[in-house]
Amino acid sequence: MSKIEMKGLSVYYGNGTVHALKDVNMKIEANKITALIGPSGCGKTTFLRALNRMNELIRVRTEGEVLIDGIDIYSKKVDVIQLRKKVGMVFQQPNPFPMSIYDNVAYGPRIHGVRNRELDGIVEESLKKAALWDEVKDRLEENAFGFSGGQQQRLCIARALAVNPEIILFDEPCSSLDPISTARIEELLSKLKREYTIVIVTHNMQQAARISDFTAFFLMGELIECGKTPQIFERPRDKRTEDYITGRFG
Amino acid sequence: MRVRREYLEDLEKLKSDVLRMGELAQMAAKNAIEALVNHDKDLAARILEENSVIDGVEFEIENRCMRLLALQQPMAIDLRTIGTSLKIITDFDRISDLAGDIAEIVLKIADEPYAKPLIDIPRISEITQGMIADCLEAFESQRIEKLEDFSERDDLVDALFGQIRRELISIMIENPRTITSVSHLIFIGLHQERIADHACNIASRIVYMVTGERRKLE
Repeated sequence: MSKIEMKGLSVYYGNGTVHALKDVNMKIEANKITALIGPSGCGKTTFLRALNRMNELIRVRTEGEVLIDGIDIYSKKVDVIQLRKKVGMVFQQPNPFPMSIYDNVAYGPRIHGVRNRELDGIVEESLKKAALWDEVKDRLEENAFGFSGGQQQRLCIARALAVNPEIILFDEPCSSLDPISTARIEELLSKLKREYTIVIVTHNMQQAARISDFTAFFLMGELIECGKTPQIFERPRDKRTEDYITGRFG
Repeated sequence: MRVRREYLEDLEKLKSDVLRMGELAQMAAKNAIEALVNHDKDLAARILEENSVIDGVEFEIENRCMRLLALQQPMAIDLRTIGTSLKIITDFDRISDLAGDIAEIVLKIADEPYAKPLIDIPRISEITQGMIADCLEAFESQRIEKLEDFSERDDLVDALFGQIRRELISIMIENPRTITSVSHLIFIGLHQERIADHACNIASRIVYMVTGERRKLE
């Protein structure tokens, strides 16, 4: 079942001079990992940010529809705060807030009015889901900056989970991590997909091949091909996809 | 500008090594029947010597494939080419082994006249030679049109082998003193039939390499 559906999605930057996404039509399945691949500047991140209206933080024009559970998120009736609660995001660089582990995870729920024991429960559950609890349970009051990059990134995942999203967007979440931390995050993503729909931008094609169920290849703002991951990497239909994944580009 | 130059050069080298191995196997199979037809024990002995060369090429190819897989993480057509190479070199190796088995028989029987004139065995050889040649051409050109009738060609080889076997069995029944020499000829027919099977395996793999679809030709 598709959780997200794009219909004729186009995004323009710079007063309409840069056509960053061109008439993208695509469905994203629920409880699956969908990887977005393509060379720098191809529109992957713009696509990702269109899914929780993050592009609106800069000057852009968005055309077409993005339906989540059948509702167009660009409709005027949609509350952006609620949308971003439903569609969480984890970025390339771990970006914990300059506060304790506990407060980082509690930040979102507190904004939504959660207090005391309920908050403790959410923090513990989120850290457990992010596979970080055992490492930090005795250090919850320590500043998040004192932890390793991999731990900080899992903290950011816990922070995203704390507001109980349905979809999580990952923008190159492992690009600044060592192989062991990367493996931990990948394993975590595979577990998280049971409860969440995951969309991940990655430059690492082996990572896309390892963890995703579906892969979409973008080039110069166009969605060239989207399919099941083994098909994309074993026998892509489009010559441009093949040229990209075999490294014959440029 | 092309990127990953070294990788692409390695892939090209892999393909040329696979072709070289295929040509060596093809030549061994062809020479084995020539040695049989001409009672040529020198040629038979040479086939056995050259088998070790083919084994060496097989190891080289296998090492190159493993290195490419470990270091380059190949995808799509490249991945299929490497996977296909790893599979078909085993078939080429088996073809050269079967040619060696025929050569060993030739060394045993070449000094005596054969129990019957050789008609169908050279015919099978011609068909299997054509099959291997078409495989090598398809591997190089990535065009698979000539592989489409492999099932029919394999059926023809099977039918010819059946004919040889029946004919040779009746000779043995008529004259039991020929059993030893005639059974050698039956084994040669069987080895050729196996060579055609290996050619079908190779063709199936090349179809997968080119199209990405698995199709069994047999």
